[in-house]
Amino acid sequence: MSSAPANLTRNPFTESETPAVGVTVEHLSKKFGTFEVLKDISFTVAPGEIFVLMGPSGSGKSVLLKHIVGLELPTSGKVTVDGKDAASEQTREEVRMALVFQAGALFNSMSVYDNLALYLREHRIANEAGIKEKVMRALQILSLEAAAKKFPSELSGGMKKRVAIARSLVTEPQLMLYDEPTSELDPVMAATIAEIIATLKEQYHVTTIVVSHDRDLALNIADRVGILMGGKLVSLGPPSELKTPKDPRVADFLNPIIDLKNPRFKQLEN
Amino acid sequence: MNQLIRILEGFGSTIQLLLRAASYAPTLPRQFGRFVEQCYVIGYTTLPIVAILSFFIGSVLALQAGYSMQNFGAKQFIGSLVGLSMARELGPVMVAILLAGRVGSAITAELASMKVYQEIDALVTMNIPPARMLVMPRLAAALVMVPVLAIIANLVGWFGGAIVSKYTDFIAIDPPAYFAALRRFMEFEDVLNGLIKAEVFGFGVVLVCCNIGLNTRGGPREIGAAVTKAVVTSLILILVLDYFVTKALM
Repeated sequence: MSSAPANLTRNPFTESETPAVGVTVEHLSKKFGTFEVLKDISFTVAPGEIFVLMGPSGSGKSVLLKHIVGLELPTSGKVTVDGKDAASEQTREEVRMALVFQAGALFNSMSVYDNLALYLREHRIANEAGIKEKVMRALQILSLEAAAKKFPSELSGGMKKRVAIARSLVTEPQLMLYDEPTSELDPVMAATIAEIIATLKEQYHVTTIVVSHDRDLALNIADRVGILMGGKLVSLGPPSELKTPKDPRVADFLNPIIDLKNPRFKQLEN
Repeated sequence: MNQLIRILEGFGSTIQLLLRAASYAPTLPRQFGRFVEQCYVIGYTTLPIVAILSFFIGSVLALQAGYSMQNFGAKQFIGSLVGLSMARELGPVMVAILLAGRVGSAITAELASMKVYQEIDALVTMNIPPARMLVMPRLAAALVMVPVLAIIANLVGWFGGAIVSKYTDFIAIDPPAYFAALRRFMEFEDVLNGLIKAEVFGFGVVLVCCNIGLNTRGGPREIGAAVTKAVVTSLILILVLDYFVTKALM
């Protein structure tokens, strides 16, 4: 499922609309010591678009995502969100971004309710009655009302992901980022999470960037897909191009053939 | 050379954390709940072990002093010796060491776990500075509770010395005489200097433990290593600061 990008982001609580934000990555490179993780990456994400970034493990997808929210600083190049430098703390105050971490990153010492309420309390966005209204609304959107009093240790993997998404929703984001949202989930739950991502985008037109190596997710919900390999962006285009990729490396990544007579790990040894 | 660079980097990041946390001091009234919680953790839960150890330190000090001083006919000064030793040195140092082992290790473990499991990153993405939410309330609580612990350590230590002085055959000094000797040579400045030392040590321990926790990278093994590093660094810091603060107060 995909839809055309919209220019306005709708607030899930007030239904008010604000301009959707775009992301621009320009000649981004990142080194950790001598190891170059990202090599001269450039692409844009249009306002209101779902952009899925795929690639093998260790290709630099999560590092790239962290640059967009300012958790990592570039070695060279630039990342801008809504025209503002992503590395600047000021940008995080002016543009509401939310990152759903791979393992959820829920606060283990707090209940689900307090996990969602923390942002609202710390930023004094509402009184406790107002906070309760927003938190329960976010839980309702993700069908998590019954889990409000539970602690993260009591939740299943799928529930943790949904709570993490709900926690991002209460920040009323203009930009949502997901780091491997369907990893470690069974196929049905992975499909559910993909549906949630797409539904949130459809209903609220929030610009969405998803890092994943889930081919089904990319094919079904992305407006465009980028493929990162060895720190380089080797492919960028609509999901339809994934069905017949021209690059043999991309073809092998998307449709790996299991060859028991000539296994890959033996080829690596040789 | 690499070790020296790491030490300097650690020192620099600790100072940066202190400056960031201090900048959020005006938000303390809004974080009163967290502040009270940290006062409970740093003060109330540490109190029993401070009291127990102070009692025995005061007792042993009186015992050892009495054993030596009986040969010089100077037993009547035991109260002064125990009183001044506890107030000026042993009380503050013992409280700080206990703080490092009991509270500092827990702080580092908690913050290191949060760092490793990306809870710190989650706070940053929500525009909630970790220095404001996690560090500043702890530092403020240390400023309030450490002197209280030091005072209690002093009082219980003096009491322990008095008990031993009365009931040990070769000392046999009644409490009135013991406390009279304590008062004769004790000045307010001695107690105050001890409290200043305790304050500096306690603040430093909490700051160092927070910084090490927040800079942990890796997995469960690194969390354990961070806790060990925090306690060892805190102990070294206490002893180094002890020399410089004592010299400054003289």
